[in-house]
Amino acid sequence: MVALAIAEPVSADLAGASLDVDEVSHAFDIDGAVLPVLDNVSFGVKPGEFVALLGPSGCGKSTLLRLVAGLEPPRSGTLREDGAPIAGPFPSRVVVFQDPTLFPWRTVWNNVALGLEAQGTLKTQRSRVDAAIDLVGLAGFRNAYPHQLSGGMAQRVALARALVNDPKILILDEPLGKLDSLTRITMQAEIASLWQRTGFTTLLVTHDVEEAVFLANRVIVFSDRPARITADIVVDRPYPRHRGDARLGELRRQLLGLLGLDATW
Amino acid sequence: MSTYSASEAFSSEVDSGSREENALKQKGRAPFRFHRNGKGSIAIALPQSAEEGAAFAAPPLSFPKSFLANGIGLLASLAWVLFGISCLRWEDLGDWPRTQALAVAAFAIAGGVTVATLGAKRLGRFGAGLQQRAPWLLALGLLLTLWEVATAKFAWLPLPFFPPPQAIIEVYTDDLPKLLDSVFASIKLQLGGYAIGAAVGFLTGVSIGWSRGVGYWVHPVLRFIGPLPATAWLPFAFFTFPSSWSASTFLIALATGFPVTVLTWSGVASVSNAYYDVARTLGAKPSFLVLKVAIPAALPHVFVGLFMGLGSSFAVLVVAEMIGVKAGLGWYLQWAQGWAAYANMYAALIVMSLLCSGAITLLFRTRDRLLVWQKGVVKW
Repeated sequence: MVALAIAEPVSADLAGASLDVDEVSHAFDIDGAVLPVLDNVSFGVKPGEFVALLGPSGCGKSTLLRLVAGLEPPRSGTLREDGAPIAGPFPSRVVVFQDPTLFPWRTVWNNVALGLEAQGTLKTQRSRVDAAIDLVGLAGFRNAYPHQLSGGMAQRVALARALVNDPKILILDEPLGKLDSLTRITMQAEIASLWQRTGFTTLLVTHDVEEAVFLANRVIVFSDRPARITADIVVDRPYPRHRGDARLGELRRQLLGLLGLDATW
Repeated sequence: MSTYSASEAFSSEVDSGSREENALKQKGRAPFRFHRNGKGSIAIALPQSAEEGAAFAAPPLSFPKSFLANGIGLLASLAWVLFGISCLRWEDLGDWPRTQALAVAAFAIAGGVTVATLGAKRLGRFGAGLQQRAPWLLALGLLLTLWEVATAKFAWLPLPFFPPPQAIIEVYTDDLPKLLDSVFASIKLQLGGYAIGAAVGFLTGVSIGWSRGVGYWVHPVLRFIGPLPATAWLPFAFFTFPSSWSASTFLIALATGFPVTVLTWSGVASVSNAYYDVARTLGAKPSFLVLKVAIPAALPHVFVGLFMGLGSSFAVLVVAEMIGVKAGLGWYLQWAQGWAAYANMYAALIVMSLLCSGAITLLFRTRDRLLVWQKGVVKW
């Protein structure tokens, strides 16, 4: 359960948690008007599963992630991690946001150390920070400040900052959305291999259909706002996957169809 | 796939951080023997004729440039010689015992500038710095000459009000103890008041920015009292406080506190929610959010407040010393004016300006050290 564990094969300790989303509805108050965002959403995620949440932009997927992270309570319904209701944020559920949101006044090392520092365990676990930085390939940038990093590197630091906490559920909120397509392809492969080796449960919000089928065991498709689940599709292909895989292509077409975008296929 | 080679995959992005640095390096190297031809590749140009060969031996571009720099340095020392001569050439209109000493000092400076200019290469950084400041030295020499001639020699400027340079030098040599006492008194008063004001302002600003409850009560008070110039409190302060020293400390603290409070508050209030979200999902408690997220994120604003507070507290310091406190540079100014000792007044003004500028330099240095993570901050 210490530093080296990250680089070793899945251990029982590290395996992910299960997640249950039960009849969750949520809404925002905007200038007095109630804007419903989630409409009676229910699904379950098994420990270690990689689930992609796919849907049109602005449909409420990211709101769902905030609820899973515990940053906000839902208006109705319950969310459970390993059977226990989610009442607030906890480091077992770590979010990687679309923007890396690194703290600009902290070096790479200190950014990655943030979680351990906040939990008061940094003194005894400094080596974990180094291990996490090595894991994302930024060993030479420990003392760099965020403004000295490229977009891809910054997002890698954000990933290391999440992984150093040994999350049971890793919540990825379009983490690759703002990267150039080449960096995105590289990082998709990295995320897949990280997930395979550590075994945490992963929830990925994306509106990139290819990304969803390339990475996930399951793709849950949402409707326009207020978001309802319109399909739950199993991606039955082994890892490592290949982008040219005919079955993945078929699934992509099917998913685009569900989103009403298959006219250009 | 299972062999993880992230570091290799990322190496292509690596130099983006030091792009600027690389560009600088290239510029700095630019050897005159190489030049880029039209196609962008670097070619080595060989001299085609004897003249061209000679031109290469004496780099055509750098020679006049270095001559120009040396030339200004030499002109500067000439200006200082001129200043020295202006001291000795005519009789003083008044009785100033330091005229000759000043002339000697001017000649010494002229000599020093000449030597440093000619030996700039050997003096390294000092020489380079001197070369860069040579135009200023030249202007200063000319200005001093003009000042000397216009006051001590021909009194183009009315005399008691515009003393010559030697009269000011005389103050520094003969009235030094009193001047130093005043300097220390001012520094003591300023430091105490500023430290209290900055600390209280910072804490108030953080509390208003962080807590709605505190904001509800403190904000209206701040709006009512803050914009009032601290000097308006002078009469009140001087009869309320037990000593003029504590009254002045209060006023200086007040002048410092307002801008520090407002800017700290706006700094804390403008911290992006995304930072708090990140910290909270990583297990941060409220104290961590304040100390490790809100405050560091607000620091750039806090320093603007500290800077503004410093400026307005200087004003209060001088006024307080002139009116109530019987010590300090403000008092010295007032005293000198009362005795028509105008040279003392100018001498004190110069010291005061150096102190204020020094304090601001110190503040900016501290900021640069604490905020190395910021890009493109103003250089003082």
